Amino acid sequence: MAERGGVGLVQITLWRLRELWREPEAIFWVFAFPILLALALGVAFKNRGHQALTIAVQEGPGADTLVTALGSAEGLRIVALDSVEAYQRLRSGRVAMVVIPGNPITVQYDSTRDESRLARLETDRALQVAAGRHDVLWLRDALVTEPGSRYIDFLIPGLLGLNIMGTGMWGIGFGIVRARQGKLLRRLHASPMRQSDFLLAQALARLVFLVLEVVTVLAFGALAFGVPIRGSLALVAAIVLAGALAFSGLGLLVATRARTIEGVSGLMNLVMVPMWIFSGVFFSWSHFPDAIQPFIRLLPLTALNDGLRAVLLDGTGVAGVWTLLANLVVWGVGTFAVSVKIFRWT
Amino acid sequence: MDIPPAIACTGLVKRYGDVIAVDGLDLEIGTGECFGLLGPNGAGKTTTVEILQGILPADAGTVEVLGRTWRDGRRELRERIGTQLQETRFPEKLTALETVRLFRSFYQHGMPAERALHTVGLDEKHGAWVKHLSGGQQQRLAIAVALVSEPDLLFLDEPTAGLDPQARRQLWDVIQGLRSEGRTVVLTTHYMDEAERLCDRVAVVDHGRIIALDTPRALIASLGAEHVVEFAVEGVTPPTEVLRGLAGVREVRTEDGTLRLTVAQPHTVVPALLAEIASRGGRLSALTTHHATLEDVFLHLTGRSLRDG
Repeated sequence: MAERGGVGLVQITLWRLRELWREPEAIFWVFAFPILLALALGVAFKNRGHQALTIAVQEGPGADTLVTALGSAEGLRIVALDSVEAYQRLRSGRVAMVVIPGNPITVQYDSTRDESRLARLETDRALQVAAGRHDVLWLRDALVTEPGSRYIDFLIPGLLGLNIMGTGMWGIGFGIVRARQGKLLRRLHASPMRQSDFLLAQALARLVFLVLEVVTVLAFGALAFGVPIRGSLALVAAIVLAGALAFSGLGLLVATRARTIEGVSGLMNLVMVPMWIFSGVFFSWSHFPDAIQPFIRLLPLTALNDGLRAVLLDGTGVAGVWTLLANLVVWGVGTFAVSVKIFRWT
Repeated sequence: MDIPPAIACTGLVKRYGDVIAVDGLDLEIGTGECFGLLGPNGAGKTTTVEILQGILPADAGTVEVLGRTWRDGRRELRERIGTQLQETRFPEKLTALETVRLFRSFYQHGMPAERALHTVGLDEKHGAWVKHLSGGQQQRLAIAVALVSEPDLLFLDEPTAGLDPQARRQLWDVIQGLRSEGRTVVLTTHYMDEAERLCDRVAVVDHGRIIALDTPRALIASLGAEHVVEFAVEGVTPPTEVLRGLAGVREVRTEDGTLRLTVAQPHTVVPALLAEIASRGGRLSALTTHHATLEDVFLHLTGRSLRDG
């Protein structure tokens, strides 16, 4: 009996793997998409720290003096523009600040933009020095370029989490609803197939792809951007596994009763979009108000992202991430158990 | 000792909201029998067989299959029943062989997947993806899947629906083969020729009830006459009473301007009919005769044709 159950489980898993493997779109979403996204965002943000600040000097009497004074300062790029063009570029973010000659000299900028405030400080310093100020204090620079603190380092674990969520939920949810729509679930239900085998095989097939997916993304991050892997790989694997379990379970739950692809898509988005926003994929969830942070911490994607970042970037051990692991396991087991109870075969 | 019936159900009722799909249906099907449920679309055939297969729960009534009930024998019954359901779409990107193997893996006993495909004549298609099979080939695949566990009891729900005549004939050969192996087959269809050709006994189902049950031959004989004459007239049509009075006419029906006479012997009725029409100045615009079929039985019982539902 046990042996036969095993055969069924293997065959269903093979079925799902073949279906995924023979679907070119699935391959794209699983492998190419996260890499393209990482590449695009990685390149966009890579040199941000070293970029020169661009400052516009508005043309007019005294402009040349300002251009000379600012031009000698390190890390500033100066362009002389007429007032209309200068304002236009300030508004569209292509220059950080506009300096208008006169007495007093006016600096025009948006104080909510970090780079504008930086430009204000640099401009002030350059002009004061040019006007003859002597600094009474001198600070020595000790520069650090440690991988792990850049945006790309923050991003890669987030993308990994996002991908585990997306492929898990779409892959399982769509597969099941398509089978229900095509009355294949009804046919399976009329056979002695074990219900738990069917549901478990969905998750198993995901795991095989998951290994490839995770290795691809991590290897890409490490090779293309030098994103570090500081913690133990076994712990990374454990977190990934727990995450995959959680999102397989959620994918199952979302698909337990939906009859149409449209229906399940809506439910998927309802579940996933909040996590895209709140769970710290592209920026840290600490930006959100304190009042909602306890709820954000409960979300499975938050736990997955935080766990991956802690182990990959900070080298945190089991003691530091076990609550996150527990969170994911509870989500996985809970959703799986509910799905088995309410699953609709017809 | 009697062999218990393959299927025995009494007082079966199934409602969907206000609609009664199955309305107090009793049935007994013997082991080794090929049994047909014949009726128009929506008559309750599929609901009935899905209840018999333990897929749908009945609202009332008792069901015993292979001497067991679904409540106490579910696992065993699932092992011993093979089924082809309506409109199953198998995974598009699995091959025929992979599909049959998948289902074979759910059963303790059965035949190799290759043999099941051979039985339905799909030897050439082992490696073809399901989505590249024709409609008829997909139906045969569904039957291979039903067969692979070597079931004692086989359900086929509209196995030839939507197929072209050649594909239907091929499937009939497959089903006749199964019948000759002594398996119990329960077949639903709305094609009377299919039921006549394949079934030992036929239950005519309408509005969720069985309105007649017998061998195809006996059902046709119950019309009391073996032939049907259909005709249409331009001009004055003889009144129904006159037609009924012609020697050898058992029944007269009018449908969309066509008159149908159920008759014992067309060669005596037709000349008399022609004379009657001519004497009233009418002109015959159509005339056909055929052996009575289950279609005529259905029409006789319900006043509607199978195709009209």
